[in-house]
Amino acid sequence: MEMDNMTFGITMLICGMGGTLLTLWIMSLIMGVLRRVFPYKKEEKN
Amino acid sequence: MLEAILNGLSGLVAGFQSLDWRSLVMLAIGGVLLYLGIKKNCEPLLLVPIGFGCLLVNIPVADLMGKEGFLRVIYNMGVDTELYPLLIFVGIGAMTDFTPVLVNPVTFLLGAAGQCGIFLTLLLALGLGFDKMDAVAIGIIGACDGPTAIYVTSKYAPHLLGAVSVAAYSYMSLVPVIQPPIMKLLTTEKERKIVMGSVAGQVSKTTRILFPLVMTVFGGLIAPKGLPLLGTIMLGNFMRECGVVQRLTRASENEIANIVTLFLGLAIGATMVGSAFINTMTLKVLGLGFLAICLDTVCGVFFGKLMCFLSGGKINPLIGAAGISAFPMAARVVQREGQKYNKKNFLLMHAMGANAGGQVGSVLAAAIMLSVLSGMGILPQ
Repeated sequence: MEMDNMTFGITMLICGMGGTLLTLWIMSLIMGVLRRVFPYKKEEKN
Repeated sequence: MLEAILNGLSGLVAGFQSLDWRSLVMLAIGGVLLYLGIKKNCEPLLLVPIGFGCLLVNIPVADLMGKEGFLRVIYNMGVDTELYPLLIFVGIGAMTDFTPVLVNPVTFLLGAAGQCGIFLTLLLALGLGFDKMDAVAIGIIGACDGPTAIYVTSKYAPHLLGAVSVAAYSYMSLVPVIQPPIMKLLTTEKERKIVMGSVAGQVSKTTRILFPLVMTVFGGLIAPKGLPLLGTIMLGNFMRECGVVQRLTRASENEIANIVTLFLGLAIGATMVGSAFINTMTLKVLGLGFLAICLDTVCGVFFGKLMCFLSGGKINPLIGAAGISAFPMAARVVQREGQKYNKKNFLLMHAMGANAGGQVGSVLAAAIMLSVLSGMGILPQ
């Protein structure tokens, strides 16, 4: 069955925007973990 | 003999005889794009070849977009195959330093908020009667990211490629003009004066190397339909950060990016044929594109205000405006606006974080959008 434009638009808004926010939030958490697991050491300057 | 001479001369005036008003308007538009690129320095690397491509394709009789025309060959080679935007992404990844966003990963969220314009514009386009895939292509202008817009449009709404590309690149270059009034309108003077401390901490090389790998695998699993976009930008960044393929990195950010930019610009200009470009749909696309960038800024600033509230007033909401893909232009706009109200305020590094987040966010938003479309059965699985 053909989806009407309004249903399509709202679905895209919720799944698309929600998916982007959620993915980037998870990425920010992963990056936080990586920074703790592999902290910056002063000798890296060289 | 006289007849032969007249026939010969008719070949010299055929071009003039075939000129119609649409060709003349498009020649003028090509001239305007060249003017903007050369005199106003608006994205000259793109607008100059686009403008020239527009001139070439609108000279009648030459038929450069015909079956064997050289512009058609360039178009088929990289726009039809979606190769040009992906190669440009390798270069962008190689040029982008994601350290500011890695230092302060929460700014990733500002990069997400800056993509709201994509989805709100998609809704508006549907409301104006565009069909679903056209609305997707128009919404993607809100990614504020030329290659993403070109990739999605060439794949799913190629008849809109000229209008969408011109809108994407023109408005990107107009970010310093479009954003400040919106930033001022949505924030109080007190908020604009908030001083943010210096960006503390550095990121280890291991983290910087792992970032593109994690992003590719994790993002690819979530949005496999957009993996070409995400994978190429992360490939470029991985080459930059691993440091052992400097020749490839340099080639990606210089020679390859330059050649592809020339071809891409000409190919986009070549889609601007008068008969197909001059219509009300183009005007609507340009209008909606403008709105998309404005909505990105509005949502970014509102998200910045939310973060300001949640942090107890420690975050200047202006940095929310930098959560778009126009890198590093949007961050510089935030820095300039912040300093207008407090000369001692240095928002640049914070805004760079949001801006780098916006770079990833725009690609990810497009990738997620394609995967959602696939999930809904609108695109083949």
